[in-house]
Amino acid sequence: MTAVPVTLTETTVTISVDGQNVTVPDGASVLDACTAAGVDTPTICYAENLTPVNACRVCVVEMEGSRTLVPSCSRAAEDGMTVQTDTERVRHSRKMVLEFLGSGTDLSQAPDILGWMADYGADPDRYGADRETMDEEVKVQDNLYIRDYDKCVLCYKCVEACGDDAQHTFAIAMSGRGFGNRISTEFDITLPDSACVYCGNCVAVCPTNALQFKTEFDLRQAGNWREEDQDVTRTVCSYCGVGCNLELHTQDERIVKVTSPNDHSVTSGHLCIKGRFGWQYVHGGADD
Amino acid sequence: MPDLHLTEDRATDAETAAIDAAIAAVGVDPAIVFEADRLVRGGVHRKHDRRHALLPALHALQNTSGWISPGGLNHIAEVLGVPPAEGYGVASFYELFRVDSAPDHDESVIHVCVDSPCLATAEAKIAALEAEGKHVHRSPCLGQCERGSTDAAVFIQGRNGPDSVPADQPDELWELPQRGEPQLKLLRNIGRIDPTSIEAYIGAGGFTALAAAFEMGADKVISEVTESGLMGRGGAAFPTGVKWRGVAEAEGPQKYVVANADESEPGTFKDRTIMENDPFSLIEAMTIAGFATGATKGFIYIRGEYPLATTRLQIAIDASRDAGFLGSGIARSSVDFDIEIRRGAGAYICGEETALFASLEGFRGEPRQKPPFPTTNGLFDAPTAINNPETLLNVLPIMLEGGAAYGGLGTERSSGHKLFCLSGAVARPGTYEVEFGPTLREIIDLAGGATGEIAAVLMGGAAGSFVGPDALDMPLTMEAVREAGTTLGSGVVMVFDTDTDFDAVCIRLAEFFRNESCGQCVPCRVGAVRQHELLVRAADAAPKMVLNGEVQLLAEMDLAMKDASICGLGHTASTAVRSAIDLGLIGSPS
Ligand SMILES: Cc1cc2nc3c(=O)[nH]c(=O)nc-3n(C[C@H](O)[C@H](O)[C@H](O)COP(=O)(O)O)c2cc1C
Ligand code: SF4
Ligand code: SF4
Ligand code: SF4
Ligand code: FES
Repeated sequence: MTAVPVTLTETTVTISVDGQNVTVPDGASVLDACTAAGVDTPTICYAENLTPVNACRVCVVEMEGSRTLVPSCSRAAEDGMTVQTDTERVRHSRKMVLEFLGSGTDLSQAPDILGWMADYGADPDRYGADRETMDEEVKVQDNLYIRDYDKCVLCYKCVEACGDDAQHTFAIAMSGRGFGNRISTEFDITLPDSACVYCGNCVAVCPTNALQFKTEFDLRQAGNWREEDQDVTRTVCSYCGVGCNLELHTQDERIVKVTSPNDHSVTSGHLCIKGRFGWQYVHGGADD
Repeated sequence: MPDLHLTEDRATDAETAAIDAAIAAVGVDPAIVFEADRLVRGGVHRKHDRRHALLPALHALQNTSGWISPGGLNHIAEVLGVPPAEGYGVASFYELFRVDSAPDHDESVIHVCVDSPCLATAEAKIAALEAEGKHVHRSPCLGQCERGSTDAAVFIQGRNGPDSVPADQPDELWELPQRGEPQLKLLRNIGRIDPTSIEAYIGAGGFTALAAAFEMGADKVISEVTESGLMGRGGAAFPTGVKWRGVAEAEGPQKYVVANADESEPGTFKDRTIMENDPFSLIEAMTIAGFATGATKGFIYIRGEYPLATTRLQIAIDASRDAGFLGSGIARSSVDFDIEIRRGAGAYICGEETALFASLEGFRGEPRQKPPFPTTNGLFDAPTAINNPETLLNVLPIMLEGGAAYGGLGTERSSGHKLFCLSGAVARPGTYEVEFGPTLREIIDLAGGATGEIAAVLMGGAAGSFVGPDALDMPLTMEAVREAGTTLGSGVVMVFDTDTDFDAVCIRLAEFFRNESCGQCVPCRVGAVRQHELLVRAADAAPKMVLNGEVQLLAEMDLAMKDASICGLGHTASTAVRSAIDLGLIGSPS
């Protein structure tokens, strides 16, 4: 074949979002295109640093030529696509997804989702008082982090972070079927007995606080979790030479949790046990 | 692959032996551990690694110990390089695997069907079995609906021995209602020849379609299939020729043919009829599909509750291989093709094609978003032609008569012959074959007519919809049923008379979807539960279910499930219930 002239269209695609043409790099998702068009799209199971699982369906949009709505987070943008993000159909499905989640899961520590629920007019109480819910006890099995699956929306993010999107430990997986799905170790053995290496990457990606630092859990239990009084300090982890960036969240001059910026080239938000939990030694003990 | 972290539980000698034998039987050498790439969820990167031996290994463990024991799972994890949490996640997905605790007995488990039409007699049967001290499990449709009108169907999950179906009579020829009738093309051999004998099959004209296919060449095989207008019989009615052309033209060093024999749509049993009684026809048709598309390997994914069909297919595969009709250089040609059977483990969703691939590969049976489609990204991420057994069987007459002639049968948009699964209130339930065209009434008459006054007919199974007696003159063609707002689906025609308790029937339909949703996407995982809860609540509130404002809520849930779910299960989970409301079968006071 003779050389094909390189044109713009080979590296970018143009799609129409709510009547506005936007051009995004080839390989970008419809969600990226929506963002480029200045349209805010709710997402729950999507994260920049994880492979899209398109399970929550809150990001759906209407696409010309498609019988059903399309999950924007995981559909590649293609030239000539036409999507609508704010039609009656889109708003209805988003509302129902949020309502369904709210009807079975404790979202009290998921402010983003609560905000969207208000925006879309979701009313979980339409489904009766005796409806089935996640109905799980908090799992407190160590001093590093807790698992409160009553708050779990089964978004798979922790599974991906523990698996081949980051940690490659595979300590936790989706188990069960249907509404009985739960994130679990094998036979629900405790985390200390499992393959978990306490990197905390699952905690970092959880959108609902179902996974949370034990420090945060204890402060919340004591009624003393005050996000508004917390400072975040960016620093570099001192344990090894990789140079992971850390964000130390402090309250009353004590570290209460550690995150890592998603946009950082080394970590993409992921850390190991030392960076994530090693700070406890800063306070001179394994536990506060 | 990570270094596996295993608990201290160890497999017993019996478990180790059973698991190793099962893994060896699928051709994975337990001694070598390959580097393995795990599924990237929602993506397409899967490797053809040893993980596909997971389901067979779990079957072996379940059969030996009556559950998935921690020690047994550790052994599987070690041999296959599968993290134990993932192995547990897979095992806990399937109805036939027990993961909660060791059973307190070492007997078989009796699965009793609780779907219509078995529903009417199921509870009495379960009570009687339990009174005898048997271990009973309530099962979704077992695919024996022709038996269920009078007595709920049963499947026995063996312990340290084979599974079985008590109603099977393997030593007798099948009493097909239309046995031997000259117009039959799909069921022509059934009940007439010994299904375990390749000589009998060849004597009845077996493998002549394959010879015809070799004669015309791969490209022409596909054009003939296209010209015949053959549409898939698995439910989605996609043109088979287009699918095969897609696979033939797709790039890839390895392609596959998959027979989707998961047959779990309530009311469907036609594929079982075929596989138990004419397994060689399926083998021959798959071989033609392989030749046409360039696939050298075929899989039959058969539901776990079909022990006789599984045995018969294995006999047919072995006999065909011995006779040179499978393997390398089949029938003295240069064509290579071979077939392997894989058993499901109790999950309706594994009939959805992408869920089937995931299940066969050793992952949870979770569908994935399409595109990409199986023609380019199917089993092991390779180009794959996946078809229903009935669809495949149509290819034999197409090869022998030509696509144009076969396409001339039936109506313009529904060509050829079609199987229907008649069950419920009909005199002679069973699988029936017709040339497309007869009306619903004529098809019910074929089965000896209704045994009572018809109140409704469930078309297409749980994923289909009810029609009332006013639809009896609707021709059962794709176009006519679509116009009438219903579906042929997998060919289910389940007749309900005026004595039917439709509250119970519809609550069970809703429960079916609640139990069978894979749970991956929110609209279906939660919507199916809320729909079931709503119906139960309404039925509990009064002697007969009354729905008022709830009808609107059901419609809202349905719309979200149809619009925003990943797969067809969510899309259709409300259809039957809503049709029952529209027909006044449930919900209206009177
Ligand atoms: C929930 C669900 C269950 C299905 N079960 C089956 C099945 O048991 N057998 C089948 O052939 N197709 C089944 N299908 C359809 C398959 O996805 C696929 O369309 C079919 O196997 C293609 O074969 P065909 O073109 O020959 O019909 C199912 C689809 C869904 C959504
Ligand atoms: S802490 Fe790390 S290893 Fe442990 S479960 Fe979470 S992601 Fe997996
Ligand atoms: S624990 Fe958190 S991250 Fe994991 S699935 Fe549940 S909500 Fe998602
Ligand atoms: S629609 Fe239902 S069965 Fe299909 S992927 Fe979603 S949850 Fe699973
Ligand atoms: S964010 Fe797209 S499906 Fe969840």
